[in-house]
Amino acid sequence: MGKPENNVIQQQSDQTLGKRRSLLSIIVAKFMQNKLAVFGLFTLAIIITACVLAPWIAPHDPNFQNLRNRLAPPGPEFWLGTDHLGRDLFSRLLHGGQVSLTVGFVAMLGAVSIGTTIGAIAGFFGGRVDAFLMRLVDVIISFPNIFLLITLVAVLEPSMEILILVFALLSWTGTSRLVRGEFLTLKNREFVLAARTIGMSNTRIIFGQILPSAMGPVIVAATLAVGGFILAESTLSFLGLGIQPPRASWGNMLTYSQSVTIFRTAVWYPTFPGLMILITVLCFNFIGDGLRDALDPRVVEK
Amino acid sequence: MSTLLEVKNLKTHFFAKDKVLPVVDGVDFKVNKGETLAIVGESGSGKSITSLSIMGLVPKPGGKIVDGEINFDGKDLVQLSENQMYKVRGNEIAMIFQEPMSSLNPVLTIGEQITEVLIYHKKLSYKEARQKAIELLKIVGFARAEGILDDYPHRLSGGMRQRVMIAMAMSCDPKLLIADEPTTALDVTVQAQILELMKDLSKKFDSSIILITHDLGVVAELADRVIVMYTGQVVEESPIVSLFDEPLHPYTQGLLNSIPKIDEEVERLSSIGGNVPTPDSFPKGCRFSTRCPHVMQKCIDEQPELKEIKPGRKSRCFLHEEGVGS
Repeated sequence: MGKPENNVIQQQSDQTLGKRRSLLSIIVAKFMQNKLAVFGLFTLAIIITACVLAPWIAPHDPNFQNLRNRLAPPGPEFWLGTDHLGRDLFSRLLHGGQVSLTVGFVAMLGAVSIGTTIGAIAGFFGGRVDAFLMRLVDVIISFPNIFLLITLVAVLEPSMEILILVFALLSWTGTSRLVRGEFLTLKNREFVLAARTIGMSNTRIIFGQILPSAMGPVIVAATLAVGGFILAESTLSFLGLGIQPPRASWGNMLTYSQSVTIFRTAVWYPTFPGLMILITVLCFNFIGDGLRDALDPRVVEK
Repeated sequence: MSTLLEVKNLKTHFFAKDKVLPVVDGVDFKVNKGETLAIVGESGSGKSITSLSIMGLVPKPGGKIVDGEINFDGKDLVQLSENQMYKVRGNEIAMIFQEPMSSLNPVLTIGEQITEVLIYHKKLSYKEARQKAIELLKIVGFARAEGILDDYPHRLSGGMRQRVMIAMAMSCDPKLLIADEPTTALDVTVQAQILELMKDLSKKFDSSIILITHDLGVVAELADRVIVMYTGQVVEESPIVSLFDEPLHPYTQGLLNSIPKIDEEVERLSSIGGNVPTPDSFPKGCRFSTRCPHVMQKCIDEQPELKEIKPGRKSRCFLHEEGVGS
């Protein structure tokens, strides 16, 4: 292969390779340009670390009741005050965060896995498979979700596992439509035909060839979904249908803000868990927006 | 020379709502071991669908091989199950495409794409596959193959990507390489390099090539034999030299006349009048009868058959019959 023209090609390629940057580093650089997203990531990292380390950094036992100290205001002993049973609010917030974040993440993983698989199969095979799966999606979307949730949780013993299961099984539809749409366009691209000609099976083409290209929007949707699940968990727990006391979660810590006396005399008690939910969900949304811009393939490289 | 691939009476039809479109309609040809066969024809002549039929990748839904045999190395590919075809594709028959820009997966590195084939078909370990990939890239002309491996396709030029595609196609040492317009999307200088490369590789790996093209210049460069397709049928088959010296079929003559010649000055470039009829409006008689300058009543009424006119040369035309004279 020592032909002169091939050497020309080689020189060209060496020049272009000089300024090589990996795809990942480009994405990271673009993400870093979005100040809000970086702020969100930073704040969220602190929250998550604190919650994970709760057993070690929490100053009190989150479930230790001391009625003499009930509704104590924030102070040196109880940093964020105590609740109506005299439990340390700060410790409960950290432990409750574990629960809320776990629900958010695990439910997201479940929903995204189901949604991606179903969307990929529907989009790739098309025809009757697609029609059937998309009607299934229509049916699930048409369910009155909140009532179904409440009924299910009422019938089954409400627990963290049940919450996650129900969230995952009811919330995969958005992802599946998103992935289906990506697959509909990607499956007709020439690299898919090229992959077939080298003997790849459908499964390998779906998961090895097309899915990596479709992951951008899925990652964004997944990030936003975590925030959504945290909110949903809070709502149900607030109504007493989610995480059951004495186990803390940000949602069930808000339950007592329904009482007017507590709201008047100990406003910090509902404020802090409410603030945690707000900040966390906001962080996820900021990060989601940042990722949306960073992963947009149209502006991969300047 | 022994036959590697024999296509017999291949019919690939597409089924629309109430119509049957005979896109490939009774194609016969052979490819010998180590030979390069060119399939030439205008857009819509069925040459790409013929090659996809060989690969067992007729576009679905709609397309179907309705008749014929594709005998490859002792197997009838039409009869093989999808699972058996996985073993054939890439391993025994490989294919490269017109658009090197879109035939590589944009989100996977070059290395990932080449090693995948090797790991899948040759059951190599990742390390061995990577080593083999470097070798292959060197064979197709990348001096610093290691550097290319971790690159994404968007970093490479069209010619470089086509080289990568060729490396992938040759990775499992296929007996047959189908090249569907491999140089159409490249500039002329790069075209010549790619053709040169394919020629070298087919010798080196002792593989046969089916070259699908509408560019007779490419044919002259690379092919040993040529078949000319028109409306899903073979209209002429010939060794390369005699095709250019003495085209038999009026369609081939028209094609050769439409190549602009650098040493002649003409007012207008010549072309074949009319358009290729679409598959739902094929004429009853000879399919070229609507555009043929020598059309006779017989051509409109009956279909001619592909007949051997001279040793190694076949044509589908009534003009060669005795008493008609050409």
